[in-house]
Amino acid sequence: MDKAIEVKGLRKCYKDTEVLKGVDFEVKRGEIFALLGANGAGKTTIVRILATLLKQDGGTAAVHGFDVASEPEKVRQAISLTGQFAAVDEILTGRENLVMIAKLRHLPNPRAVADELLNRFGLNDAANRKASTYSGGMRRRLDIAMSLIGSPQLIFLDEPTTGLDPEARIETWKLVKGLADGGTTVFLTTQYLDEAEQLADQIAILHKGTIIANGTLEELKKLFPPAKKEYVEKQPSLEEIFLAIIGYKEGA
Amino acid sequence: MNEHFFSDMSVMLGRSMRHIMRSMDTIITVCITPIAMLLLFVYVLGGAIQAGTDNYVNYLLPGILLMAIASGISYTAYRLFQDKQRGIIERFHSMPIARSAVLWGHVLTSLVSNALSVVVIILVALIMGFRSSAGILEWLAVAGILMLFTLALTWVAAIAGLAANSMEGATAFSYPLIFLPFISSAFVPTESMPAVVRAFAENQPVTSIVEAIRALLSTQPVGDEIWVALAWCLGILVVAYFFAVRAYKKGN
Ligand SMILES: Nc1ncnc2c1ncn2[C@@H]1O[C@H](COP(=O)(O)OP(=O)(O)OP(=O)(O)O)[C@@H](O)[C@H]1O
Ligand SMILES: [Mg+2]
Repeated sequence: MDKAIEVKGLRKCYKDTEVLKGVDFEVKRGEIFALLGANGAGKTTIVRILATLLKQDGGTAAVHGFDVASEPEKVRQAISLTGQFAAVDEILTGRENLVMIAKLRHLPNPRAVADELLNRFGLNDAANRKASTYSGGMRRRLDIAMSLIGSPQLIFLDEPTTGLDPEARIETWKLVKGLADGGTTVFLTTQYLDEAEQLADQIAILHKGTIIANGTLEELKKLFPPAKKEYVEKQPSLEEIFLAIIGYKEGA
Repeated sequence: MNEHFFSDMSVMLGRSMRHIMRSMDTIITVCITPIAMLLLFVYVLGGAIQAGTDNYVNYLLPGILLMAIASGISYTAYRLFQDKQRGIIERFHSMPIARSAVLWGHVLTSLVSNALSVVVIILVALIMGFRSSAGILEWLAVAGILMLFTLALTWVAAIAGLAANSMEGATAFSYPLIFLPFISSAFVPTESMPAVVRAFAENQPVTSIVEAIRALLSTQPVGDEIWVALAWCLGILVVAYFFAVRAYKKGN
């Protein structure tokens, strides 16, 4: 079984607004998968369904072969979630946050786990300060560090670099690549086309409730409407492809 | 039940006890305010109050304890709301832990912290001249009633914390609870009140609970009061538990 995630015909409505109208995609194990979409496209909704936090209204979603609706406990064994907004305990210190998660994952030596991560994420100096005193970037790092505890096989990162400065962004990219090199599957959502371009093995574009394009960067480049290609000398960036596809769908 | 339920719950307990110990505000509200009330009523108003007793501290203590608990449980609503708001509950729920341990951790924290403040208040009352002829059995009965009362109100607080849309909404429910003792026999005998107020005072839960505790502490016969008191606590507990668990399940 080489599929980390399998989503078929996924639908979700909030009251009368239909946010997901039949979403299909697959994520292979060990790859970095980027879900790209504008504000309100439904990226977080998909992540929350896959992380067993929200029930879908239709279609199926499976993580490591386990259905998210009928076997959520098995799914939770395999995953870890870093939500869109850093979910750290602000009253606890950075170290205490990490120790807490290590205990909840029933690891043998929570303190050693915390120390190792504090080191790796450059949080040593701030380890004994309340997380409420952290900057946005530090909080994000702590948040991601907490998600790595227990070496989950699949990590969800919902807009991991939104609000970070360029340097912190590049740090996060390195981290994500490192995770993938270590064999972890990474599912990330982003609004930044360059982020998907930099990181992802596979890119899916979510627009108006469905996946309008899905493939490797190379494959997406081929989707670029040929009529425009003649006028463009350089390789089209993902941004251009994105805008072209959206324009194309809406024109059609 | 999940095999890790108890260890997960104790991690949750440790976490929120740290929150309490680091919050001056909580300590002041749950300990210092009731003690100030005790001092005020005994040394300032006590001389003018005709409670028909030679030891007004003895008369007053049960009502003060209930007030302390009523203000203490509002912090359960506060902490639950904050966890929900900051995505902490979602983080826990995406992990392979017993989901109910998150809620029960808050409930247990409420029991432990209120028990601590009750003990502190009783110690201060002892210094102020509180004396009791109660034996071990009576004290156990008092502890049982107070615990049941705390548990019942904690579940009410859980509904507020889970269902509220704002912090004010989450904690506002506790104000009437804190003032309920004033319209009861907690501070003055109900015979001194106008007929309508008296009818209310004699038929609301605080009066029967106060009377039962007062009787136990002075080794007087408890009569029917204790059954009325237990019925109130159990009734509130069952109804509130039902709605709190429903709100909890609905929230995810
Ligand atoms: N609990 C909810 N109740 C009602 N509508 C909701 C709820 N959650 C999300 N929505 C709506 O669903 C749509 C998709 O939301 P979602 O958060 O999944 O988008 P997103 O792609 O993550 O956006 P962003 O880039 O801003 O994070 C939005 O229009 C949002 O307003
Ligand atoms: Mg989002």
